[in-house]
Amino acid sequence: MPGQFSSAQVEAIAALAHLELEASEVELFARQLGDILAYADQVQQIDTAGVPPTAHVVTRHSGDRPDEVVPSLDLHDALANAPDAAMGAGLFKVPRVIG
Amino acid sequence: MSQPVTLRGVRDAVRSGARAAVDVCREALSRLEALDAGLHAFNTVTAERALARAAEIDRDRAAWRDAPLVGVPVALKDNLCTRGVRTTASSRILDSFVPPYDATVVARLEAAGAVVIGKTNCDEFAMGSSTENSAFGPSRNPWARDRTPGGSSGGSAVAVAAGITPLALGSDTGGSIRQPAALCGIVGLKPTYGRVSRYGLLAFASSLDQVGPLTRTVDDAALTLSVLAGADPADATSAPEPVGDYVAALTGDLRGARIGVPSRMLDDGVDAEVARAFKSALDMFSGRGAVLVDVDLPHAKYATPVYYLVATAEASSNLARYDGVRYGYRAGPGEDGPAKAGQGPATAGPYVRDVRAEEDLRTMYSRTRERGFGAEVKRRIMLGTYVLSAGYYDAYYLKAQQVRTLILRDYDRAFERVDVVVMPTSPTPAFKIGERVTDPLQMYLGDVFTVSANLAGLPALSLPCGFTADRLPIGLQLTGRQFDEATVLRIADGYERETEWWKQEPEI
Repeated sequence: MPGQFSSAQVEAIAALAHLELEASEVELFARQLGDILAYADQVQQIDTAGVPPTAHVVTRHSGDRPDEVVPSLDLHDALANAPDAAMGAGLFKVPRVIG
Repeated sequence: MSQPVTLRGVRDAVRSGARAAVDVCREALSRLEALDAGLHAFNTVTAERALARAAEIDRDRAAWRDAPLVGVPVALKDNLCTRGVRTTASSRILDSFVPPYDATVVARLEAAGAVVIGKTNCDEFAMGSSTENSAFGPSRNPWARDRTPGGSSGGSAVAVAAGITPLALGSDTGGSIRQPAALCGIVGLKPTYGRVSRYGLLAFASSLDQVGPLTRTVDDAALTLSVLAGADPADATSAPEPVGDYVAALTGDLRGARIGVPSRMLDDGVDAEVARAFKSALDMFSGRGAVLVDVDLPHAKYATPVYYLVATAEASSNLARYDGVRYGYRAGPGEDGPAKAGQGPATAGPYVRDVRAEEDLRTMYSRTRERGFGAEVKRRIMLGTYVLSAGYYDAYYLKAQQVRTLILRDYDRAFERVDVVVMPTSPTPAFKIGERVTDPLQMYLGDVFTVSANLAGLPALSLPCGFTADRLPIGLQLTGRQFDEATVLRIADGYERETEWWKQEPEI
């Protein structure tokens, strides 16, 4: 597929990513994503048979810690940045999703 | 030529009582005030807090006497959380976000006596190489104001290069500390992955992100790293390895240092003036008793495509959290906003699925993200979503992770024979504002020498190594073994002692 994206393909990716693109962006991204993937396609030339993937480079973890209750974020502080929090109830709010 | 103001110089002056922390702070703020309209290094200035804190230090100087950064004004990239101080990542989606906690690096700097004077401009969510992808407009390079300072930590680099603060923190996912340091003529250090806590750094690509200092000298970078480094219970990827004495490592001795030169990588695409400065740096090293060793990094040329597959995949996942619910901007239910919920089938009783309402919620998410994110962030979320999607995961994401392994092995092999690998930091000096921003691929290609250190998790530092005929700074990059910042800093400091590039200042 690289090299070319149709508007429908771009819109399908946008839906997966929760992005409501404008028509001009659909057109722009169809071209740009195609260009970028065509360039990235050079990785296909490399023989990686039997090569394990690297997801991260952490070699040693800091280790376990005791499972103790420690102070955590204050409820009011946690809600303070929410665009529509129910402060009194201590809840985040979203648009209604059930009947 | 006047000597640049260093972190160490400021610290020693405050420590000895020669200068009050408040005076130092006031001077930094007035320089900021005078210059920032032209440079746009800062998104937020915390003048009152900074002065109050400096006064606190002055009141109890005895308690702060041994603090390693006492009285040092510092600028923080605006993707580092600061309790009670707006933190935007230069994104519209966070333009009124006030974190309820401090990033660990911020807490460590303040415990060491540093005084935060503001938050610096950057590419939105650290995605970019020019600071042009900021929702608040680009920063300008103090050496040539029609040029970018690089990015994404461009504002931090400008703050230091323009002499506003002797220290700024940045974050580096694919070169975002080193490249702006190079383009602004200062020192920038990306530590080993895990060396410095990422707690409170707004995540872009979690397997690649690291926080590090931008300074005028290698010594100042070493001093700062000593403060920042170390395990943090709040970041499970922070490393338990003991923290070295980075300042004591700076012996100035280059004799016998084994310096790897991946000459095959440098054949194409490097600006002639950059190539000349790099060659002179190599001559200096060998003239001072270092040994130049040709090394082969056969997969390094694939680092850029691998990086843009891995980083965007991680970004698409990390940025899913910006949905207008817990923090940040939410698209309102205006005329073109989500339709009113609860208009589903009339028979719908309590807790019955309401398809229309679900659709409204999804619309709220996607409209919030559409309006809250800028073009480059959307582009990367799209690319990352695509390479992780069914049918393409193996061909792109998995393949990129396998090549990442090969890049790591290349470095492992090289470090059997050498102490550091050197390259130019950027293939070109600072480019003009607007020159690359409409062509994302062109912008990505400029990251060719910096991204592999992130993929391999290695420490890498950029320091000044020359100027173009137009007086644009050129940077030299040294990459070291995992957790061997001491050697990187020692060799960089050895170079710095023999050269005068770091003393150059832009005419402001």
